[in-house]
Amino acid sequence: MKQDGKDKVQFPHRHLLGIEGLSPEEISILLDRSESYVDQNRRADKTSPVLHGRTIINLFFEDSTRTRTSFELAGKRLGGDIINMSVATSSVKKGETLIDTAMTLNAMHPDVLVVRHPHSGAVKLLSEKVNCAVINGGDGSHEHPTQALLDALTIRRRRGHLSGLQVAICGDILHSRVARSNIHLLNTMGARVRLIAPKTLVPPEVERLGVEVFHDMNDGLKDCDIVMMLRLQRERMNGNFLPSVREYFHFFGLDYEKLGHAKEDALIMHPGPMNRGVEIDTDVADDVGRSVIREQVEMGVAVRMAVLELLVLDSSEGDG
Amino acid sequence: MAANNEKSSGTVAYINARLLDPASGLDTIGGLLTEGEIITDVGPGLAKKKDAPKGAKVVDCGGKCLSPGLVDMRIEIGDLASTAEAAVSGGVTSAVCLPNTDPVIDDMTVVEFVARRARKLGLVKVYPYGAVTKGLQGRELAELGLLAEAGAVAFTDGTKAVADAQVMARALSYAATFGLMIVQHPEEPSLTADGVMNAGETATRLGLFGIPPEAEVIMIERDVRLAEMTGGRLHIAHVSTAESIDAIRRAKGRGINVTCDTAPPYFALNEAAIGDYRTFAKLSPPLRAEDDRQAVVQGLADGTIDAIASDHTPRDEESKRLPFEQAAPGGMGLSTLLAVALELHHNGHMGLLDVLKLITSAPAGLMGLDAGALIAGRPADLVLFDPEQGWKVDADALGGKAKNSPFDGRPVQGRVLLCVVDGRTVFEPGE
Repeated sequence: MKQDGKDKVQFPHRHLLGIEGLSPEEISILLDRSESYVDQNRRADKTSPVLHGRTIINLFFEDSTRTRTSFELAGKRLGGDIINMSVATSSVKKGETLIDTAMTLNAMHPDVLVVRHPHSGAVKLLSEKVNCAVINGGDGSHEHPTQALLDALTIRRRRGHLSGLQVAICGDILHSRVARSNIHLLNTMGARVRLIAPKTLVPPEVERLGVEVFHDMNDGLKDCDIVMMLRLQRERMNGNFLPSVREYFHFFGLDYEKLGHAKEDALIMHPGPMNRGVEIDTDVADDVGRSVIREQVEMGVAVRMAVLELLVLDSSEGDG
Repeated sequence: MAANNEKSSGTVAYINARLLDPASGLDTIGGLLTEGEIITDVGPGLAKKKDAPKGAKVVDCGGKCLSPGLVDMRIEIGDLASTAEAAVSGGVTSAVCLPNTDPVIDDMTVVEFVARRARKLGLVKVYPYGAVTKGLQGRELAELGLLAEAGAVAFTDGTKAVADAQVMARALSYAATFGLMIVQHPEEPSLTADGVMNAGETATRLGLFGIPPEAEVIMIERDVRLAEMTGGRLHIAHVSTAESIDAIRRAKGRGINVTCDTAPPYFALNEAAIGDYRTFAKLSPPLRAEDDRQAVVQGLADGTIDAIASDHTPRDEESKRLPFEQAAPGGMGLSTLLAVALELHHNGHMGLLDVLKLITSAPAGLMGLDAGALIAGRPADLVLFDPEQGWKVDADALGGKAKNSPFDGRPVQGRVLLCVVDGRTVFEPGE
């Protein structure tokens, strides 16, 4: 069934589990499709019936407001039926295993499962047990592919391209799935990636992913086009990664002084939610000339619409 | 399968065999005679049917390899019946089980219970380790002397390191009073808090927290010093890193009484086996980098590593069908011990007798077991195998509830044709 005949584009994967392994062409397909939804989302009537009659389940094993809402809005604007399931209301707390939950939901014939899980690899495991498309909404410290795509879309719209840009990702790299997905995406698209963090927050052998590592903000930000700040995941800090928030902000928090080392027109990004005064100074975060943080949120909905559409329509092609 | 606990009687002649006995260095075509539970004669003079004494039952070995039954110095017992079947199907006739059973083997009655249940089954002979500390809690010493009298062959806290240096020093020292050996799981636990696989590029890519290889060598270097300080007898279980092997090589060079073993995953696999979160490859210690794997092979070839244990750890599906971080560590190893160990021979790293020694006489010697030798007067525990015959490991066909073989799908060479315990045939592959 070909509803939109000639401008039908193919995304040759059943699931979106991560950015690692995607080709530049596949990433471009997703970004190009997202562009059209940016326009749609700015109209008065923001809906199109692309996913009419399709069921999307948001399955969140970890708290999230913005990602879940963004997917929910994306599904609704495409005319799909979208249901939210979170751990607090599900049987997971009663001891049902991840696999059993997956099988149960699978029996209800959803078209897409959007899954967030606190453990790396859990979304991949779940995808092996269901017949529908699975979108990774963030798994442990592994990947958060739609975040990297929305970051890329934001950059591409501002700069026109990704290749050749110098991007600095700053902060808690160790625990960050956002950092990993962005490293893969930016490298694939020909950007150059730097990581800036204290040594305790840099994962071992991360250089092998094709990045340069800095431990000083002033050195690392020098001549950067893009500055991506990461949330300091304090809730995950069960060790002695840092002595204090005050010390962290002093050396690694983004303020105007440190930002002065980046290019004059460098964009400031943050996946949210921000800890103001911890990893980013309030004035910098709100700098309308430089900060594209709110634009990232807008792009998020468009990207998720594109991903939902391409995965659902591809799988129905497969069904014959 | 002729598994039972009746005593065997009469004379059996195993003729036309390639006799392989690492204990005596024997490698010749010949035969072997058993009388009841005991080997009575062995040598080239028994090669043909006519050499067999009158009235003896004759087993023609077809020119295949006849060696002492394998001795596995570390298994987790799990479900005893499945484990015992897996053992004899892999040619293992003696195995030493870890004390992390429920209840923990930290009490004489449990030692006796484990041995008695295994005897009743009449398959593999099971010897227990005793716990080093009560409840494996790492604080107070278990009754090492009494446990040894009851039958514990050595002492370990299983897959938990005795972490406290003071406790370890006292354990080594006290055990030395009775000439007992302490076996350490080499891992500094405070360095491995959230770790679930080897630290490095793969862990970083997968977003998993790493166990640094240094956590192993740090514990080994500490314990070598404590063994030196106390005069205790230290054995390091499943070494897995290049640095660990270097540290043990140096300690041995300085004349310290330390030995070690490794397990097949550490010389046959590396961390790449985890691929996309394959939980069957989640082990403790974790699979390491390729350089480490090669160092383990080297350590086996040059004699730094004294023995190979299977590390058999059966896990049910529920504890492995989980996100990698939550899945239980451990892999099955009894059925594949011989075939994977033989890779060292097939790949040209070691002679056939040298490989066999690591899984027969060497672990028997370390554990003080009357096993692992084709010598008249010793128990008739035998394995007949074809070192060349190929097969593919199929976790579903390994028997029992557990299927967690890290070698699932691997093509291997070396098939068990017959397993004999105390003169009784306990395993013969069906068609």
